[in-house]
Amino acid sequence: MGVANNSGSRWGLRALGLGYLSLLLLAPLVMIFFKAFEDGLAAPIDAITSPDGLHALKLTLLMVAISVPLNTVFGVGCALLLVRHKWKGNAVIDAIINLPFAISPIVIGLSLFLLYGTDGWFGPVLAEAGIKILFSVPGMVLASIFVSLPFVVRETVPVLQEIGTEQEQAASTLGANAWQTFWRVTLPAIRWGVAYGVVLTTARVLGEFGAVTIVSGSISGQTQTLPLFVEKQFANFNLPGAYGASILLALLALTTLLAMNVLKRKEDA
Amino acid sequence: MGITVEGASKRFGDFQALNDVSIDVPDGSLTALLGPSGSGKSTLLRAIAGLEALDGGRVLIEGEDVSKKPTQKREVGFVFQHYAAFKHMTVFENVAFGLKIRKWDKAKISDRVHELLRLVQLDGLADRYPSQLSGGQRQRMALARALAVEPQVLLLDEPFGALDAKVRKDLRTWLRRLHDEMHVTTIFVTHDQEEAMDVAGQLVVMNEGRVEQSGTADELYEQPATEFVMSFVGEVNRLGEHYVRPHDMSVALDRDEGAEEAMVQRIVALGFEIRVEFVLGDGTEVWAQLTRAELQKLELREGQIVYLRPGQTKSFNGDVAPSDGHGASTPHDPPDDDDAEVSAAV
Repeated sequence: MGVANNSGSRWGLRALGLGYLSLLLLAPLVMIFFKAFEDGLAAPIDAITSPDGLHALKLTLLMVAISVPLNTVFGVGCALLLVRHKWKGNAVIDAIINLPFAISPIVIGLSLFLLYGTDGWFGPVLAEAGIKILFSVPGMVLASIFVSLPFVVRETVPVLQEIGTEQEQAASTLGANAWQTFWRVTLPAIRWGVAYGVVLTTARVLGEFGAVTIVSGSISGQTQTLPLFVEKQFANFNLPGAYGASILLALLALTTLLAMNVLKRKEDA
Repeated sequence: MGITVEGASKRFGDFQALNDVSIDVPDGSLTALLGPSGSGKSTLLRAIAGLEALDGGRVLIEGEDVSKKPTQKREVGFVFQHYAAFKHMTVFENVAFGLKIRKWDKAKISDRVHELLRLVQLDGLADRYPSQLSGGQRQRMALARALAVEPQVLLLDEPFGALDAKVRKDLRTWLRRLHDEMHVTTIFVTHDQEEAMDVAGQLVVMNEGRVEQSGTADELYEQPATEFVMSFVGEVNRLGEHYVRPHDMSVALDRDEGAEEAMVQRIVALGFEIRVEFVLGDGTEVWAQLTRAELQKLELREGQIVYLRPGQTKSFNGDVAPSDGHGASTPHDPPDDDDAEVSAAV
């Protein structure tokens, strides 16, 4: 009796969980797929393969190609600092790293706009040196890095804590210097934490809208990433185009997640 | 030569882990650092390896002051209590690690690793991962990994602490034999006095960050320099100011001058050895170690009143304990147990 009850309530909980997730997460996504292809494939494909669409895709991938490696290197280094070198400043660093989570992307965009604008601290100096930050790629990269900075740190810190320092100490007694220890012992041990952080960073950079909108000016064919392209299509009532670009964006993020899972499964096998 | 530590001090916050410790470990010896947890024995071992930086004092390996050298240049083999296996590497790769760092060529590495795996009886398991090994196998792998680079000294930090009793006993014997073959200067840390006596030729007893005494197992047992050594190495009863070993307690049924009246509280048969627990008139609890034959002769039962006479006793405030006329007082000068710096030559 107790067992039957138990399994009954377990199924009930599962149904509840699945239902909740379906309604909140899956339904909107399915709707997009449905809407995009409602009137055939031509319109969404046209939108994506238009010069502006292709440019947006390339620019988005460029953002990923620059921001993700930088945030990965910084994130791993920062996690090492936080976990392996205890000092009082760590609490401050820890709090600062969480800022991008705490602040709305649009506020981040605005603050970058102020900092690098003609009246900002850095704007005039850089303008004199002929470096353009706002309404161009450097500003968009800065915004992308800002919003996606915490992921690698947050995913790496717990894994570093978990592996402890004994393996690293063993490596040093065997003659390995700090650099060799990092590459041969520490990094392989934390690789899946880092990989998960990379996937999250990639997804965040791919989808970033708020901060990039402000600093880029969203100029078609110049400073428009895929999310900005989607918004523009939507505003211009080209709904199949907006949905098509949305699906492309979703697929890019899912691909990175899938790639990680495939790699992990391959290794575990 | 061998390993020398001079005036080592180390403090962790408010805790004085090492307090002016000096030891001298001869070349090729197998020495145990013995003490309870918190006695500083592991800190001392880690300081020799360079895994802990000393606040004061210095470490010499083969006559060379290595105090300023980083761990990776000290050429020490270190074995950790929890193995510190590289989990993402196979057994082969683990043992090969130090050789790869030293840029040996592949064929030579392979020969050396297989030679070591044979030595530690793991040659069939080269392609396994540490997670597929038992605790004892992991520790042997860790030992092979440490020995692969032919270290000048081998340091083992409670190497058998995480293993079960049977495996622990086998590995002890095995370590002693290995040392007989390799003759590498070896220090191992343990809190288990039986293990220390079983494996090591020389023992250094540590307590509260200091060296209490060093010497062979016999010396420590027969001539303990301090109360701590007396009670930590071997079993002991305390009678007022005097200490007596349980096997030095004689039990008589008849009243006897100078003997203590006691009541038998419990009789525990441990095979050949019988442990008899008594309570004295003042409530002190003591026990005696008897043989089965002695017990049968006395026909002791619980609740019985008997008379105890300590044989050899020892006290640590200068005076020699009264003996029972067999002339069995302490056979050496009463040692001092004051706070003087204890510098131990092993």
